[in-house]
Amino acid sequence: MKIIVAIKQVPDRDAQIRIDSAGTWIEESNLQYALNESDAYALEEALQLKEKHGGEVIVVSAGPERIGQTIREALAKGADRAIQIDCDNMADRDALGVARLLAAAMQPENPDLILTGLQSEDLGLGQTGVIVAELLGLPHATLILHVEKTETGLTVKRELEEGWFQSIELPTPAVLTIQSGGNKLRYATLMGIKRAKTKDVRRLTAAELVPSNQTAVPVVTLVQVTLPPKQKSTQILSGTAKEAAEALVEKLKFEMRVL
Amino acid sequence: MSGILVVIELREGRISRISLEAVAAARALLKHVAASVHGVAMTVSAIVTAPIGGPFGEQLGSLGVDRVVVLSHPLLHHYTADGYTLAIEQLIQSESPAYVVFPHTYQVRDYAPALAARLGQVLISDVVALGEGPVFTRQLMQGRLNGNYRHSGDGPCFISVQAGAFRAEAPNTSTAVAEASIFTPAIDPSQIRTRPGEPFRGSSQTIDLGSAQLIVSVGRGIKDAENIPIVQELATALGAELAASRPICDNGWLPMDRQVGSSGQTVSPKLYLAIGISGAIQHLVGMKGSQCIVAINKDPDAPIFEVADYGIVGDLFEVVPALIAALKSSKG
Repeated sequence: MKIIVAIKQVPDRDAQIRIDSAGTWIEESNLQYALNESDAYALEEALQLKEKHGGEVIVVSAGPERIGQTIREALAKGADRAIQIDCDNMADRDALGVARLLAAAMQPENPDLILTGLQSEDLGLGQTGVIVAELLGLPHATLILHVEKTETGLTVKRELEEGWFQSIELPTPAVLTIQSGGNKLRYATLMGIKRAKTKDVRRLTAAELVPSNQTAVPVVTLVQVTLPPKQKSTQILSGTAKEAAEALVEKLKFEMRVL
Repeated sequence: MSGILVVIELREGRISRISLEAVAAARALLKHVAASVHGVAMTVSAIVTAPIGGPFGEQLGSLGVDRVVVLSHPLLHHYTADGYTLAIEQLIQSESPAYVVFPHTYQVRDYAPALAARLGQVLISDVVALGEGPVFTRQLMQGRLNGNYRHSGDGPCFISVQAGAFRAEAPNTSTAVAEASIFTPAIDPSQIRTRPGEPFRGSSQTIDLGSAQLIVSVGRGIKDAENIPIVQELATALGAELAASRPICDNGWLPMDRQVGSSGQTVSPKLYLAIGISGAIQHLVGMKGSQCIVAINKDPDAPIFEVADYGIVGDLFEVVPALIAALKSSKG
């Protein structure tokens, strides 16, 4: 099975996020980045499918120079090769624009399966996989926890809401967006990290994938980034851990009467 | 026809709550768009996918919906992304709406991005507010920031609204009945590429957190499975049930049936103590109905503090033991 995994580099969860001076995005200097969590689960599913059925795992990612580090991490975990799409102005593209880049890089590979995480941790649009499927004319399924290869295609386990699931059968090639938690994530081994250095990373530019005369004007634009308004007035209990803890017990006992 | 289409989902034969919220969002949107386009008044029409036309004209009419279109086709009885995309695409081609409003459900997330892309559009997903312009607000960075989005161009603007973001209006005294019609799309069985099975329940749920009065809930801040006993001890000292956010259960540090949030259980205890939980929306929807919410987190900007009554900004590995000690000494 030839599997492509679309991965995204996102700000690390523990990074301090500040709005940039223009108020249209976040301050990116000195920011720590990491592999988007549900993409890590998509990569894990791909690696396990390859271990069971053989084949190849290719990671694809688009963004500025810094995404090379995240791509190396994916190669260190076991992906065979990578396609890195150089694009410095990702923010000028809407979800359709990003999906066009990814789809254009994937199409010549003729994969049996395309996987990606269900949602990114930064923009949280949750659309890339579904739009890629539409652009490539492939069937898709979302929120997938488990993938099984069958004689005619795939049987997948889809997560619904409130503890409900559903099985779906679909033919290959197909696109799946992967929900976190279906597998246990692996760590890169020292040997993996060493091997990753020699693995093939093909560099493509956004301009050669989608010629500028075909680059549509974005339909949807992020015009302003703000701090969310507070929904409740939170009483912050300060002081040392001991003081704050004692104050909290007092509040819960005598103000809220929940203890 | 220029107007706003609202996609309605049914649950057990009735209009789901989030669909009523989508109707409220469509009504709010009316206030921010031109009253008429090319001389045609802006109206709100609802799309219901139902095997038979239910008695929704009165309910939706009283909520300010002008028309109800029943999407009817045997191939729509069971949801598939292919079927819904084809059907709604045809309806949009025939109606030429200015806006299409969806409830942001797992089903909508599955097909609406493809539907929008097919028409050269982009869905503005998970909208929490709308304003003059119109500008659509959605959350970024797991709820740490808000982003304001605009749509441009001629095609319809697609938005989906987050559960709970718009208040579903109570049926008012209006006796207006939405005019109903049936739209039968052309769908061929060969165009449906996926075969969905019947929904099933996961592992039998043994713990009912929904009836718990006190809940201690733990998130990623606990860092390691080895540290779980720290919060277990706090739960024991309080006589509370132990619960968790999704990543803890994904990692197998606590069983899945202790998960609170959109994919787990919805709880509303007297006290919800959130420890090391940042408060992504998927978690908040499962616990924000709690009577009293306490958050302990090292990040003062964590979204959990937006819904908390009391907060302690600090290291949980210092605060939790201090809290256990304070509880023990207060009991004497």
